Amino acid sequence: MKAVLPAIALALLLMAMPHAGGWFHAWMPELSHPLYTRTSFVALTASHVALVLSATVLSTVVGLSLGILATRPAGRSLLPTVRAVAVIGQTFPPVAVLAIAVPLLGFGAAPTFVALALYGVLPVLGQTVAGLDAVSPAALHAADGMGYGRWRRLLDVELPLAAGPIMAGVRLSAIVSVGTATIGSAVGATTLGSPIVEGLVGNNTAYVVQGALLVGALALTVDGVLGVVERKIRRGV
Amino acid sequence: MIEFDGIRKRFGGHAVIDGLSLRVDDGEFFVLVGPSGSGKSTLLRMVNRLVLPDEGTIRVDGEDVASVPVERLRRGIGYAIQSVGLFPHRTVAENIATVPRLLGWSKEAIRDRVDELLALLRLDEPGMASRYPRTLSGGQQQRVGVARALAARPRIVLMDEPFGALDPLTRESLQASLKAIQRETKTTILFVTHDMDEAFGLGDRVALMLDGRLVQTGTPSELIREPVNDRVRDFVGGARARLRELALHRVRERMHRGGVADGEAVDADATLQDALGAMLMQGRERLPVSEGGHAVGTIDLADMVERRR
Repeated sequence: MKAVLPAIALALLLMAMPHAGGWFHAWMPELSHPLYTRTSFVALTASHVALVLSATVLSTVVGLSLGILATRPAGRSLLPTVRAVAVIGQTFPPVAVLAIAVPLLGFGAAPTFVALALYGVLPVLGQTVAGLDAVSPAALHAADGMGYGRWRRLLDVELPLAAGPIMAGVRLSAIVSVGTATIGSAVGATTLGSPIVEGLVGNNTAYVVQGALLVGALALTVDGVLGVVERKIRRGV
Repeated sequence: MIEFDGIRKRFGGHAVIDGLSLRVDDGEFFVLVGPSGSGKSTLLRMVNRLVLPDEGTIRVDGEDVASVPVERLRRGIGYAIQSVGLFPHRTVAENIATVPRLLGWSKEAIRDRVDELLALLRLDEPGMASRYPRTLSGGQQQRVGVARALAARPRIVLMDEPFGALDPLTRESLQASLKAIQRETKTTILFVTHDMDEAFGLGDRVALMLDGRLVQTGTPSELIREPVNDRVRDFVGGARARLRELALHRVRERMHRGGVADGEAVDADATLQDALGAMLMQGRERLPVSEGGHAVGTIDLADMVERRR
């Protein structure tokens, strides 16, 4: 239910929004253009989702790899450094990351992608390390004693047992990205932030409301869907 | 056969194992017994190279364990530990199948072997194979742990206080299962415990380990009757050890055939300890002995005492 209701709300909003011009006009009669029409809401949502999805995939790959590396006997000494770097990364406001990225990568989706991917690493990394550290030492000892190789032990025992916490990290990373991606529109990425940014600049409250409603519904949907995946994984453990 | 030859191991300047040599024969149930910190678990773990000795060699069936690829070595040796270490995300059947799967057995062979082990370890209630470890009692979990250690029919099984965390009744029942399986399969078992009763009850031979050295190695009776020094005598339990020794002998060995007596009969296959208990409980110095439900003779309180030659 937690996944279904927001998904239905999002679908209804996407269908109703293009026809809600009259309604917004009635609410804010002073606006000459009460409905955002530069890009369709469906296209904005699709591009928003694509950006979040690709950034989350990259964050997950990087966070998971670093987390695995930092929990291997050889990489243990790296753990504090890896954590510190990730935490420092998190303390930069996304806007600052964008400001640094734009001169390097130009305007558009690229700097936003970099900012989101960078931001998403920490939750995945933290949860990967926590999940792998929480695997029962007895199970690991038994696995070693029975002749598991290092990689086989990781794939067959450690990762399945840590999958729940890791998925929680991925979910957090994705939700944060859904929100943060809206800021990307300030540097020219096409996202659901576009109507919000344009509305703020042009003093058009209707645009802001339209963008915000959709972003909210999208965030709840992503949270719900990934929550279902996470519960499914945890049940097996 | 397991041979330890001149083994030394130091941890932080402290000798945990101090020049130890030992031979465990084929098909033998060998128990290493000693207090915590005596080095017995460390010694055990050297066989499957979870711990490496600083000095000395260990040979399994004549082959130096240091020369065998470590994964192959470990897959060929059964291993059961006190904390069991079942994989929580795997069912009972999958847990038992761990080593056969690592060895690449066929699906059918694995299924047959798992069924066989479930029956052997009395884990055959319906639906057991597909349950997850967290739904099992402690005793059942350790039964699965033992089944997992035996799964690939290893010639050697290492057991590190496998029954240490179980309640006495469950422990006795598992000890009996293990002893029966070992007699049947002639598996070589190297078993570590700090519990003297467990050591004497299970071991064909027992080695008492103190401070990284073997103080005495022999059959349970030898350790009880001929302790080499006072430390062994203390550890074995002094005069009380003689009560333990009663558990090593059967009523059959000391009974008088043909006699009759009043009271509730003891079975000829019961231990002398059981018989003495029955006498204390019934308040009699002589009890009838039965075999397969038929009275076959008697046993006296005096039969408990074996006169010195």
